[in-house]
Amino acid sequence: MGAQLRVYKRRIKSVSATKKITKAMEMIAASRIVKAQRQVAASTPYASELTRAVTAVATGSNTKHPLTTEAENPVRAAVLLVTSDRGLAGGYSSNAIKAADKLTERLRAEGKEVVHYIVGRKGVSYYAFRERPVVDAWTGFTDSPTYADAKKVADPLIQAVLTDTAKGGVDELHIVFTEFVSMMTQNPVEKRLLPLSLEATEEESETAKDKILPLFDFEPSAEGVLDALLPRYVESRVYNALLQAAASEHAARRRAMKSATDNAEELIKSLKRLANAARQADITQEISEIVGGASALADATAGSDR
Amino acid sequence: MAAELHVELVAADRSVWSGEATLVIARTTSGDIGVMPGHQPLLGVLESGPVTIRTTDGGSVVAAVHGGFISFADDKLSLLAEVAELADEIDVQRAERALDRAKSEADAAAERRAAVRLRAVTGVH
Repeated sequence: MGAQLRVYKRRIKSVSATKKITKAMEMIAASRIVKAQRQVAASTPYASELTRAVTAVATGSNTKHPLTTEAENPVRAAVLLVTSDRGLAGGYSSNAIKAADKLTERLRAEGKEVVHYIVGRKGVSYYAFRERPVVDAWTGFTDSPTYADAKKVADPLIQAVLTDTAKGGVDELHIVFTEFVSMMTQNPVEKRLLPLSLEATEEESETAKDKILPLFDFEPSAEGVLDALLPRYVESRVYNALLQAAASEHAARRRAMKSATDNAEELIKSLKRLANAARQADITQEISEIVGGASALADATAGSDR
Repeated sequence: MAAELHVELVAADRSVWSGEATLVIARTTSGDIGVMPGHQPLLGVLESGPVTIRTTDGGSVVAAVHGGFISFADDKLSLLAEVAELADEIDVQRAERALDRAKSEADAAAERRAAVRLRAVTGVH
């Protein structure tokens, strides 16, 4: 076997091994998307009921609550960025990071100080490398977040909102995550969680639009209900964002791994052609060597006969 | 047709129970409350405790909820809880073990959770 041919064979073998790995990752991601989608669907009843309740209190009472009223001149805003723990998911994390950067720029232009909270190792390392300050970061659960994880993330955020701005609290709470639209489409989106904008909540609960909300009796009081309700509302929003981000992550990874598998296939095909050409060249050379050798031999015998 | 109300019992990550009922008893922060069809629209904060739902066919469903909300309007009642378990789903032995462990570790929150679970199963309110 020629040296050239041996090199090609070796490369084909290594690319095939890579292809096997990417194919496996593609299939794993595909199966996890379905699971993540189911989780999103399972969390929907709670989220929609909670949104309905929040809308009811916010519209049905004229209570002033720090979580529903806008500060007159907001000075600080918190941004929660949801990225992934692992790479190999195409532009998934970097798209979310870019969206967060854009939001940060916009908030800064409005004269607000921006503090960052991050979920996912990719985001954490991006900020660490650029030496940007991060208030709090969580890693290790972006694949399949649970409600307890969402609670862990939401707690310090709620605390920050409830703290007085002068003492380091924040006036606004934004969240940047990747919305799962379909298997092929995932968009990074930014949403303002707090203070609550009523138009946004009404939009989400379509049922609230066509009928007037009844006058509620609050137990123990409207303030008490709001106090208890809003943290849960933030938690459920964060939970929903984490679940959607997880579904998007798997979808992005599946797509990235699919194109990696396709590329590997393409590479193997062209390497095979080169290997065949090299083999053919080897054979041709061998034949010409034999023929050359035989005719030289024939020439030599013919000479001795004479 | 007897008056009935539609009940949705949902936890953060799943829908636990839904169906028609004639009476729902739950414990709010200001005391036990019973809701029957035609009740005034209500939004309350729940204490950790058992919730009893009398179904239209005469049976009753008991669930343990750990905090949450009760919301009632237009004969539709929703019980929202971060964690909610039906009495049938609760493993008594496990809950008892959890209670003992919580007592020995003086973990008040865990003790309360375990106690609520047990109360829901045994029906002692």
